[in-house]
Amino acid sequence: MTTFKLTRGYDLKLKGGLTTGEVDGMAKLSADYAVVPDDFTGITPRMDRKAGEAVKAGEPLYHDKNHELVRVVSPVSGTVKEVRRGERRKIEAIIITPDDQHDNRVTLDLKRPAMEVLLESGLWVMLRQRPYDVVPNPDVRPRDIFVTAFDSAPLAPSLRTVMGEREKYLAKGVEVLATLTDGKVHIGCRPGEELDVAGAEVNVFDGPHPAGNAGVQIAHVRPVNKGEVVWTLDVVTLARIGELFTTGMVSHDTVVALTGECLGQPRMVRATMGCRMSSLLNGEPLDGARIISGNALTGVRVEANGWLRAPYRHVTVIPEVSKPDEFMGWASLSPKRFSLYRDFTSWLTGNRKPVSLDARVKGGERAIVRLDEYDRMLPMDIYAEFLIKAIIAFDIDKMEQLGVYEVAPEDFALAEFACTSKLELQRIVRQALDRMRTEMS
Amino acid sequence: MKSLRKYMNKIKPAFMPGGRLAKLQSVYDGMETFLFTPNTTSASGVHIHDGNDLKRTMITVVVALLPCLLFGMYNIGLQHFLAIGQPAASFWTMFLYGLLALLPCIVVSYVVGLGIEFIAAQIHHKEIQEGFLVTGILIPLIVPVNTPLWMVAVATAFAVVFAKEVFGGTGMNIFNVALITRAFLFFAYPSRMSGDTAFVKTDGILGIGDGQVVDGFTGATPLGQLATHVGDTLQLNNVVGTPIGTCDAFMGTIAGSPGETSMVAILIGAALLLITGIASWRVMCSVFAGGLAMAAVAHACPTPAYAASLLDPLAQLCYGGFAFAAVFMATDPVTGARTRIGQYIYGFMIGVLAILIRVYNGGYPEGAMLAVLLMNAFAPLIDHCVVSFNIKRRARRAAAK
Repeated sequence: MTTFKLTRGYDLKLKGGLTTGEVDGMAKLSADYAVVPDDFTGITPRMDRKAGEAVKAGEPLYHDKNHELVRVVSPVSGTVKEVRRGERRKIEAIIITPDDQHDNRVTLDLKRPAMEVLLESGLWVMLRQRPYDVVPNPDVRPRDIFVTAFDSAPLAPSLRTVMGEREKYLAKGVEVLATLTDGKVHIGCRPGEELDVAGAEVNVFDGPHPAGNAGVQIAHVRPVNKGEVVWTLDVVTLARIGELFTTGMVSHDTVVALTGECLGQPRMVRATMGCRMSSLLNGEPLDGARIISGNALTGVRVEANGWLRAPYRHVTVIPEVSKPDEFMGWASLSPKRFSLYRDFTSWLTGNRKPVSLDARVKGGERAIVRLDEYDRMLPMDIYAEFLIKAIIAFDIDKMEQLGVYEVAPEDFALAEFACTSKLELQRIVRQALDRMRTEMS
Repeated sequence: MKSLRKYMNKIKPAFMPGGRLAKLQSVYDGMETFLFTPNTTSASGVHIHDGNDLKRTMITVVVALLPCLLFGMYNIGLQHFLAIGQPAASFWTMFLYGLLALLPCIVVSYVVGLGIEFIAAQIHHKEIQEGFLVTGILIPLIVPVNTPLWMVAVATAFAVVFAKEVFGGTGMNIFNVALITRAFLFFAYPSRMSGDTAFVKTDGILGIGDGQVVDGFTGATPLGQLATHVGDTLQLNNVVGTPIGTCDAFMGTIAGSPGETSMVAILIGAALLLITGIASWRVMCSVFAGGLAMAAVAHACPTPAYAASLLDPLAQLCYGGFAFAAVFMATDPVTGARTRIGQYIYGFMIGVLAILIRVYNGGYPEGAMLAVLLMNAFAPLIDHCVVSFNIKRRARRAAAK
């Protein structure tokens, strides 16, 4: 076990955190469930089911145009109610009305090669690969596999709680994944929560967010070089893989942390993947609030009648605009106006108390001016600002030289929060990775 | 504030495309975002943002410049009343005189610079950028007080257009805009920028400070005196011939550009910039280190031909624009080195070059401006070298697998 001490980054303490580690019962039943193709980057959907067709839990809804074996499955048994399409017929969501047959799920034959089982189970699409941060290409054997065992993002739940009883399947999961790589299966833990899993290399990452990001962990253990591929996943998915290879079935139930200052009582509930937000939030009055599926840095904004999105474990509700028409906010001397920078006075209070932050951008987009903003928030051996500039210029050679294969958009989330020039770093990185992937293939 | 908000909403349609004043949309937007934090919420990426923005950053720098500005006003008055033989004039009279002397220059610099910024913003349909807030106050602080206003206007316009807007505006410029203004003035109108008449205002303004200059008056700055000095022993004098020492230079009661004379005021500003983290301590400390090192070398072999080498190293840092350049010019993050290691090199070289030019270039007594501009040109190269180590490390790692 190796311990890595991380100094860069920041643990943002928002209001509305979980007070207990206990799961607070079941969520209400959801009227329907949805799978959103945008959650599984790198797949071009080709539908397997049409509206009106029946589907079992675990049966494919669609597959990847380029790899027929890469498939996204239904989390519940029921009928496909609608394939919702947006501009240029892009599939926005596949909505399934559940029936009451909870046991109507696919059982897989485990005697076949592990790879086949994993692809067919639909758990495959929960994995990501570096480079490009997309669902892995099944034709490429990874150099190593990295599992992150904790989520360091603001208000995020403990992944061990989300994993719950499935923790017992971890060893099986590692055993299976070890057969899919020539390298090692690395598990990155937080100090004090070290897992002891046979067959895996356990590393401890002691430091603030983004220490829990797989990309940051890879950078410390064994960085990705050009031409190499590694897979990343979280420990919950690892446990699900273990469960699959023990029982032959994938269960699509999950634990969701409901957090954020707009909620009366932050709590954790049991639910099924892709359920309605309304079933989770239970009719709380959330006028003027922004509901985020995921954490406040990397999550996706959803409507109150929207659905829970991958990775199906966290919801954050923050105010949209807490101070409309704030008068000369840039001149504020109030220590309540939170900033990581010492030009505002909040640092005098030590920034220890949880803070209230709304969704306002609080400034206009500018060229990069201040020094060291990104590097302070990215614990990797990468010149973040130079990489971002190379990305904006889309200079592929420079991007490669500066380490674009090592990063994912989520690694820049904290830098985007801190950016005084208000650049949309995650969007910039995502678009560049997508474009690069098409140009390099 | 509600009534102000209502008023802004009421006049808004006129400034929008199609409105009567659509050509002034950037002006309206600038005012609106200045008065009210926009209610815009994040559309992609992170859902929460830090409270900081470039407005705050720039205003903080302006605040850090205020001690220099206020002391500069007082000092203009002080030098004037010394020159006309009334050193007993009250503090407020001196300050008021300085205020009246400096205010037109501040106004001209802001009107010309911001005017160009507004036009550029309107042409590019972009928001107005805040960069000139700082530049506009730097310019009056570094040009001699006797510079005619039309020269200030021409130089500011030249610098904003050719050193900034052609490169893409705030954050894109290669050279420090305020220093380009100063350099333009220096090379376009050399006779007005140095010598005995540039730095001390001797005329009365609006009836304040009327009087004849006393016998023995010389408006030469200490560095100006060094440039014309002959002999082995060095004694610097103030404008009426009284000997001065490093202590006067530290306090700032000597002739010079308005903002650059007082170490005390500069250090207050430096403290604010370092506490808020806007300026890089790496750059600032390295400039002083480089200056001290070069001054020590020069002082170790004093040569009467180069009179400035007779100054001891600490005095070197107190005279002229060295400290001001170290604190406010070298630390401009846009034109300086951006890698951490690069910042040390960049700062140190500025310090060395500033003293090198000052001591060994007899015709040009002030080296700080040229040193910063020269290193501005080299900053991308320094960064390139530092980043190339990272690139090489990555390439080696890939090759070693």
